[in-house]
Amino acid sequence: MIARGERRFGFLLAAPALIVLAGVTLYPVAHVLVLSLQRRVPIFGIADWVGAANYGFLARDPAFWNAARVTLTFVVASVALELVLGVAVALALQRQHRWRAVAVALLLLPWCLPGVVTARTFEWIYHPTGILARAAAGLVGAGSTNWLGDPALALGAVVAADVWRTMPFVALLCYARLLGIPAEVYEAATVDGAGGIATVRAITLPLLAPVLLMVALFRTLDALRAFDLMFVLTGGGPAATTETLAVFAYRSLFQTLQLGYGAAVSTVVFVLVGATAALYLAAAGRAEARR
Amino acid sequence: MNRGRHAALDVIVVAGLVLYVTPLLWQVVTSLTPDAAIAAGGWPGALVLDHYRVVLARSPMPRALVNSAAVAVIATTLAAGLGILAAYPLARRLLPGRRLIMLAVVLSTAFPAIATVAPLYLIVRALGLRDTWAALVLADASFALPLMIWLLVGFLRELPPALEEAAFVDGAGRVATLRHVILPALAPGAAAAALLTFLFTWNEFLFAYTFTATEASRTAPVALALFPGVFEVPWGDIAAASILASLPPIAIVVLLQRHLVRGLLAGSLKD
Repeated sequence: MIARGERRFGFLLAAPALIVLAGVTLYPVAHVLVLSLQRRVPIFGIADWVGAANYGFLARDPAFWNAARVTLTFVVASVALELVLGVAVALALQRQHRWRAVAVALLLLPWCLPGVVTARTFEWIYHPTGILARAAAGLVGAGSTNWLGDPALALGAVVAADVWRTMPFVALLCYARLLGIPAEVYEAATVDGAGGIATVRAITLPLLAPVLLMVALFRTLDALRAFDLMFVLTGGGPAATTETLAVFAYRSLFQTLQLGYGAAVSTVVFVLVGATAALYLAAAGRAEARR
Repeated sequence: MNRGRHAALDVIVVAGLVLYVTPLLWQVVTSLTPDAAIAAGGWPGALVLDHYRVVLARSPMPRALVNSAAVAVIATTLAAGLGILAAYPLARRLLPGRRLIMLAVVLSTAFPAIATVAPLYLIVRALGLRDTWAALVLADASFALPLMIWLLVGFLRELPPALEEAAFVDGAGRVATLRHVILPALAPGAAAAALLTFLFTWNEFLFAYTFTATEASRTAPVALALFPGVFEVPWGDIAAASILASLPPIAIVVLLQRHLVRGLLAGSLKD
């Protein structure tokens, strides 16, 4: 039981933060739901109730399904690559003895940059006159490639840039977990005659599994709402092949100015994020129960 | 493993990471390459500071860097202040319904900004805050608040209870204890949380792009995304502007790595 004076004190302290959260986070989420049930075109002063019509329109809109497909491809491809590469890098770092702070600093450099910087950096790398096209021409005599202009290549190029900047996060968390594994565990494995790869499979990966599951969740949530990289790098093009749901929502909201329709797309992103988090909590709960 | 193999491995790992950072290094090289060499596509013959001079003297970037610094510092201070006040009763069980509040806090760390940007834009416009620092401070601080509270509650729970009990025995009230006992002990954790918030706020793009309209309030990422080019894309200038916009994050990673990593791990490896 909390004493009344204590409770009032606690409430006084927490009130400003709770008010800000309610006003600037919870209220907007509720408001976006309301907006998604309206036809709102502010420049013409239009604001009508249309019920679920926006969602009906969305279900029949090829541009929405394209964005959903692009988002799914982007999320699966970049999260999978980040996890595999991140674990590999963490295993390499675990074996390193000197210059650990230098290694971590180098690792975190791509991660710490503003997304817009990453976008403009890769824009220049991928440019037909950029270093990548020149290197390809020099090495295999290929003609000039427009990585971001080719519908077959653009999404892959965006995924590569995203993996570059977010893999370090995966690697750092796995690395921190690996450092927490006592040396005796490995010594016991060596005594038992387990080789390098066998040790990784039998000891390292199982111990890493809970961290990996959580990192996968963080990365999936981030990838679902990814915006700045593709917005600046490709603007969703060419031919909408890199237009994710977040970019599609933004364009509906602020470029074609269909506030209600854009709000419906935003709500879909919100529900996807919520569903992913719920799935993870369920999976984590089951893993906990098994132990 | 013998010593020689250890040393070789250390070199290989660091060399591999340097290779990994090549895209950023290439942007640094480009920022120092004369325009003629960039156009010719060759390697830079000489390294020059021309692009930095152009960006600093004749582009919106200096003003944008000031805007970014102001918004990030004010938003971080605000989020830290509100966060500490809220985290204390949540960690010390002084609040009814704190399980529910903590659940809401954790869930809101996952909120996609794209889901709140439209209503926030309407609020910002209604309050007449479009194209001001205040709009960005409000949006960024509240967006960072859940993570801030989450981290601080974790750090507060790590503090030994004996610390406060001793102060109570000495007759200190809650407020005095919070000020003179808790705050100093919480400082390293609060610094780690503040660094993360500063970094995310400095890098933030969606709100900054949506709520600003002119150079008066555009932040560095927005100015970089909109970097002007008249006939040709000024790759060298853009590279220089990229590096300038990256300096604070890079400084944090290089100089304050220990605190940053502490915040990152605390936010992720605890449940």
